[in-house]
Amino acid sequence: MNNNITLKKQTKTILSIAAIAAILVLVYLTDDMGGNPMLITVIEKGAVYALVAASMNLLNGFTGLFSLGQAGFMLIGAYSYAIFTIPKNSHAAVYQYFDGGAIQWSIVEILESKMGIFGHYLGMLIPMIFAGLFVALIAYLIGIPVLRLKSDYLAIATLGFAEILRAFFQWNTLGPITNASNVLRKYTVYNNAVFPVIIAGLCIAFIVLLINSTYGRAFRAIRDDEIAAEAMGVNLFKHKELAFVISSFFAGIGGALLAMFQTTINATPFATTMTYEILLMVVIGGIGSITGSVIAAFLFTACSEWWLRGLDSGTWLGITSPLFRAGFRKVVFAVIIMLIVLFAAQGIMGTKEFSWDGFINWFRNLPANLKAWPEKHKAKSEAKKNEKAAVKAAKIKAKEDKKNSEAKRASGEKLFTPLETFDHVVVFDKEGK
Amino acid sequence: MADREVVLKLSDVTMQFGGVVAVDNLNLEVHKNEIVGLIGPNGAGKTTAFNVITGVYEPTNGNVEINGDVVIENYPQGKMTDTYKGRNQGVYTEVKTMLPDAVTKLGVARTFQNIRLFKGMTVLENVLVAMHMNQKQSIFGAAFRSPLARKEEAAMREEALELLKKVDLYENKDDLSTSLPYGKQRHLEIARALATHPTILLLDEPAAGMNPQESDDLMKFIGRIRDEFDLSILMIEHHMQVIMGICEHIYVLNYGGQIADGTPEEIQANPAVIEAYLGGDE
Repeated sequence: MNNNITLKKQTKTILSIAAIAAILVLVYLTDDMGGNPMLITVIEKGAVYALVAASMNLLNGFTGLFSLGQAGFMLIGAYSYAIFTIPKNSHAAVYQYFDGGAIQWSIVEILESKMGIFGHYLGMLIPMIFAGLFVALIAYLIGIPVLRLKSDYLAIATLGFAEILRAFFQWNTLGPITNASNVLRKYTVYNNAVFPVIIAGLCIAFIVLLINSTYGRAFRAIRDDEIAAEAMGVNLFKHKELAFVISSFFAGIGGALLAMFQTTINATPFATTMTYEILLMVVIGGIGSITGSVIAAFLFTACSEWWLRGLDSGTWLGITSPLFRAGFRKVVFAVIIMLIVLFAAQGIMGTKEFSWDGFINWFRNLPANLKAWPEKHKAKSEAKKNEKAAVKAAKIKAKEDKKNSEAKRASGEKLFTPLETFDHVVVFDKEGK
Repeated sequence: MADREVVLKLSDVTMQFGGVVAVDNLNLEVHKNEIVGLIGPNGAGKTTAFNVITGVYEPTNGNVEINGDVVIENYPQGKMTDTYKGRNQGVYTEVKTMLPDAVTKLGVARTFQNIRLFKGMTVLENVLVAMHMNQKQSIFGAAFRSPLARKEEAAMREEALELLKKVDLYENKDDLSTSLPYGKQRHLEIARALATHPTILLLDEPAAGMNPQESDDLMKFIGRIRDEFDLSILMIEHHMQVIMGICEHIYVLNYGGQIADGTPEEIQANPAVIEAYLGGDE
């Protein structure tokens, strides 16, 4: 039964453009009309996390470098963005403990005064790209010693680095720039959820295109077998460094977007917990699937920010229980994650990616699959039943055998008869060769 | 044979790990278009010699010449000056190292004893990876699909498919590399090595685990690619039938040391070789 259809390339392009346009218009209108604030939070934060999860997947899932420095890079990105976009008049208030800080201008204001509204957005984009580039530079420098390490060692080194960064940004001497351990606020933020969706979408598109290029293949070759990749002329260090720098660039952009989403930032929440949250999204979505990372990022955000919120505040899905108090959400969340890891270790998407063909065929085959499901389920449960019955029978037989042999022994009978001699022996090894 | 140019030359190559001399003063020459065999009992140091040639290990002493240029050279230094057990200490004075990918760029491709295909990738992608090093596109060009990147990608695919046709893997091009049967995985490893445009091919036990019929086919296959791709081949093999059938020159190792070299007939008659393989009469 193969009634799968393949779409023409042109149709796919039209479908993609239509889908993207529809999503953007919907997001814009939802926010503009003052839709459900929870939904808007999920869209914004989900977009940011989708980008960061995709960037982490590029490194962990596609290049096989198990790095845990993502939160550290986001931290640098967030600060780099915020520092340059605080309006001039707000400096005194924000940097109140540091005499108004060292920087007394805002890129957004400078460009806005010259180019109007266009300058306003350009003024937001420039520090954001700068944030990405600055993070990329730091990643390049860190990569030189760190990327010579393998697996767990790389993870520990990057994790440690991220922790050091956090302390560094809270250092009092840097106060005039980073405001030390005080929050940075009043910097320019976006005014519609469509902004982070567009930026994250463009960045994720770049990552996907990169993965499907010859460089992406080289990255995956390194993941699958370093020694073979090297023997095929892939310069390990160069390509690892490339993946690390690009992934960090997008983590930096993600950090800048997160700063805008939160409207205030402080180094404290950029801890290992944040890296683990992102890692969770990557694992739940499927290591080696960007689509999976994006879906998981939105699901994760929706669960933690919206759907499971009631578990913390007393009433969830109309059920009121004394169990539902602060922190219970995390318990349920942990259980969900355990279930996913136990029963779907590959994650939501495994290593598969979204395609229009797959999408449409999934819906086309859905009725047939649903129809076949009860029978499949029946066959499965029957097989299980049979297995159980067989085990039971075997147990009974073993018991009887034991009884018999004991009886035989008691009557003094010989238990074993000598083996017959074979004149030909065939030995199979494990592979059945 | 003597008038053909030497494409690969090992001079006094010694590889010592701690106190163990894995390869002891190996001198070896591969001439253009020649098929040379490297044989010896298990643990004789054959694969270690391959790893020295391909830059995986730095030799302790000696040098490797590829196409007439010394590309790898080393001499015992530091702690090794006192613990060195090999010969010719002091003959070599330079240190030249090369990473495996640089050696591959010089035209030396290899296969592995225990097949090392890229597991998560299709047959076609496995071959495409090997062509990556010759691409001129930048990473941004590649991601943004610049005209150069499109052109290169198309050319690369065409060449890879052509290559797969030549090694009878065209029908399997979209299969996952690990789903191939064992013999075809060996073919794919060779195809992948060929995709790097080598002039010298190092085969590490290509016939391992093959039955006589399959190894017979492999022999013909190796001869065919040698002619078709204008290759010089150095191969490690345990199947004597294969080695004696296609090699023009054979080197025999035992316990790291070189015990004999010559034509198949000479090797078969060499008492030292017979002793190494069958044990001497004491």
